[in-house]
Amino acid sequence: MIVHTVWFVLLAAVIAVYVVLDGFDLGAGTLYFLLGRTPRERERISSAIGPVWNGNETWVVVAGGVLFLAFPKAYAGAFSGLYFGLIIVLWLLIGRGLALELRHQIDHPLWHQAGDAIFSVSSALLTFVLGVALGNIVRGVPLGANGYFQLTLFHTLNWYAMLVGLLAVLVLCAQAASFLAVRAEGELGARAQALARRLVPAQIVAGIAMVGPTYAVRHHMLTVFGHDPLALVFPLAGLVAIGVTVVSQAAGRWGRAFVANSSALAALLATMAAGVYPDVLPAHQGRPFSLTINNAAAAHHALAVAIVWFPIGMILAAAYFTYSYRVLFRSPRA
Amino acid sequence: MGQRLSLIAAVSSYVLVDRLQFAFTITFHYLFPILTMGLGLFIAYLKTVSYLGRPDRRLRLLRKSDEERDAHEAAARFWAKIFAVTFAVGVVTGIPMEFEFGTNWAVLSNYAGGVIGQTLALEGTFSFILESAFLGIFLGGRVRVGPRAHWISALAIFIGSWLSGFFIIATDAWMQHPVGYAGTGKAVHLTSLWALLTNPWLIWQYPHNMGGAALTGAFVLAAMGAWYLLNGQHERFSKLCLTIGVVGALIFTTLQIFPTGDQQAANVYHDQPATFASMEGVFATTKGPPLVVIGNPNTQTRRLESVIALPKLLSFLTSHNFTTTVKGLDSIPTNLWPDSVPLVYYSYHIMVGLGTLLLALALIATFLLWRGKLFQNRKVLWALMIAFPFTYIANIAGWITAEVGRQPWVVYGLLRTSAAASPSTSVPAGLGIFTLLGFCGLYLLISLVYVLLILRIVAQGPEDVRATPPSTVPEPAGA
Repeated sequence: MIVHTVWFVLLAAVIAVYVVLDGFDLGAGTLYFLLGRTPRERERISSAIGPVWNGNETWVVVAGGVLFLAFPKAYAGAFSGLYFGLIIVLWLLIGRGLALELRHQIDHPLWHQAGDAIFSVSSALLTFVLGVALGNIVRGVPLGANGYFQLTLFHTLNWYAMLVGLLAVLVLCAQAASFLAVRAEGELGARAQALARRLVPAQIVAGIAMVGPTYAVRHHMLTVFGHDPLALVFPLAGLVAIGVTVVSQAAGRWGRAFVANSSALAALLATMAAGVYPDVLPAHQGRPFSLTINNAAAAHHALAVAIVWFPIGMILAAAYFTYSYRVLFRSPRA
Repeated sequence: MGQRLSLIAAVSSYVLVDRLQFAFTITFHYLFPILTMGLGLFIAYLKTVSYLGRPDRRLRLLRKSDEERDAHEAAARFWAKIFAVTFAVGVVTGIPMEFEFGTNWAVLSNYAGGVIGQTLALEGTFSFILESAFLGIFLGGRVRVGPRAHWISALAIFIGSWLSGFFIIATDAWMQHPVGYAGTGKAVHLTSLWALLTNPWLIWQYPHNMGGAALTGAFVLAAMGAWYLLNGQHERFSKLCLTIGVVGALIFTTLQIFPTGDQQAANVYHDQPATFASMEGVFATTKGPPLVVIGNPNTQTRRLESVIALPKLLSFLTSHNFTTTVKGLDSIPTNLWPDSVPLVYYSYHIMVGLGTLLLALALIATFLLWRGKLFQNRKVLWALMIAFPFTYIANIAGWITAEVGRQPWVVYGLLRTSAAASPSTSVPAGLGIFTLLGFCGLYLLISLVYVLLILRIVAQGPEDVRATPPSTVPEPAGA
């Protein structure tokens, strides 16, 4: 049904918004000690993302809500099956959020260092673990006929999922470097720009390197583009966006480069979503066990009602965030 | 021996582990929203007076001298610091709640996601985004933004947090009293979003819950004022906090008892007879039952022991009639009883008992405030200073009454809790115990850090906002 496809697209869109926005603060955490050489520079990184990280992270909660609303069966299966991994995600989210928010509460170098370390390590691990979760979904999980599965922690950490985890770390670091290239000044800004110049093209290399392994674990991810060439729009858009990013960087247009890199990131996620579609939670052994947009969806009335109120919420969200980012980022010095 | 074996069997039951983890994580989490929702209301009030107050306003509440306005601004800034730390802990401990529906209660999610997916997604879409978009502006403080943007952000956070409460209570109200759904067996689905959002349970449960948060906010304000006044510090600030806190405490303790508590109890009486009988300790169906003030329920002998009761009053409270017959637990099969009658009974009585004592304290304090004697009365100031933790106990006891009282159902009359947890193949009991212990350790650490930071803020005290019109802060163009 068309309404199922609409909700699949909305879900993918909310996840993409989450990755683009939280991506730059997760990446900033990962690059924290690499880019911030002195306590002063680290202070500047953390205050550049301080006022916005919470808003960015909220999108993961919205994504969870949309999955629950539209595909409750997939929500139930994925969350219980990936239990341990998700609880670790929760602990990392808790540690990271508190480290960022409470860092400024006490003006003492050791307190700052402790906060910095927790923030940086948890950011890197979170990116990796979220990538691993995504990798497992692309690879397919051992769903049973009842719609549930179990993956122990060590089975979650299979070679393919770990490769996706590493790709996630690389991609979000590129996003963060592009962000700080705009937001930071002086030596820190120059360092971020130099790193962004290297990381952005590296994404293409890493992305192409992932094609083979992805085909190995799941043919469908690639054959879908043969069956439906329209879907090729997404990877092509991604390549164009990276091209624009590189050109903008060369021209010193860092604001445009950040927007272009964000678009590339969204295109990468759209490509993955197109490969997974029409499954929401693919089964490793394939159909009929896979949870698809049809067999995992909520009943029609729920989806139809929500399709009315959800866009209203998104328009409001766009208004709030535009207002808030304009107020917060008006001055160049964060 | 038999009892010990059954205890071991119970502990190794994965459903019990899932219940304990959810109960622990949500109870700990809720300690923080109680305060932020309560403080959010009072901060919005303080900011509004500070931003809109003028000596020539027609509205009495806004008719303030410049000096009074500065006092409100100083108080708002002080409470914003407490709010910031509390909100941070509330946010990070709140994320697990949405996840745990899926991780630990997958069968419930599968069964009821078609209905409660709406309210949970509504919460994320309409309230979390509102709160989080404005939090940065609010906490970034007035240094970076003009007074108007700061005032708007205070209002946005207040509205966002109360809206968030609404959608969560709508979810719980549906689990207490399902409406607007169809379907049975494997899953239910939504038939009317309007019915879900105007659930007759929600209409009273929501104000009763928010009143509980507001009364904690009021008592915390009063306690802080009493602490500084007894220490002879920050006189202007402490008198303002005491005034607002004591009046707020009286308003909200009263509203908790009547009409919200009264109507909430009426809903339980009509729709959940086993819960009501457990709350009031009614074992035998009685005509014109008494109101039990003190007593110990014994589920073995099915009697209430050591009773002090007020004759026929329960009958009157439920139906405004002294000769109503109230259904006792004896008329309900034991497999439909809450699985711990004493827990429901005691938590309900603790809530009501504390509510009554807090009302008495608020009455005394308001009377003294009116007579102009509160600030000199050290005994009452002491009582106000130590009263606020009991508001937390009352709030949590109320929630235990509601949630344990609903048992053995997770969705009343539709889905039993014992059938709602994630399959033990996906989440075995041992794994659940491991993560529960992990949460315990992490939350213990968070508690220590929280108390440390709050004590530092209290030690620093409020900053003095000098009598300067807000226009001296340069307002950036387009603010």
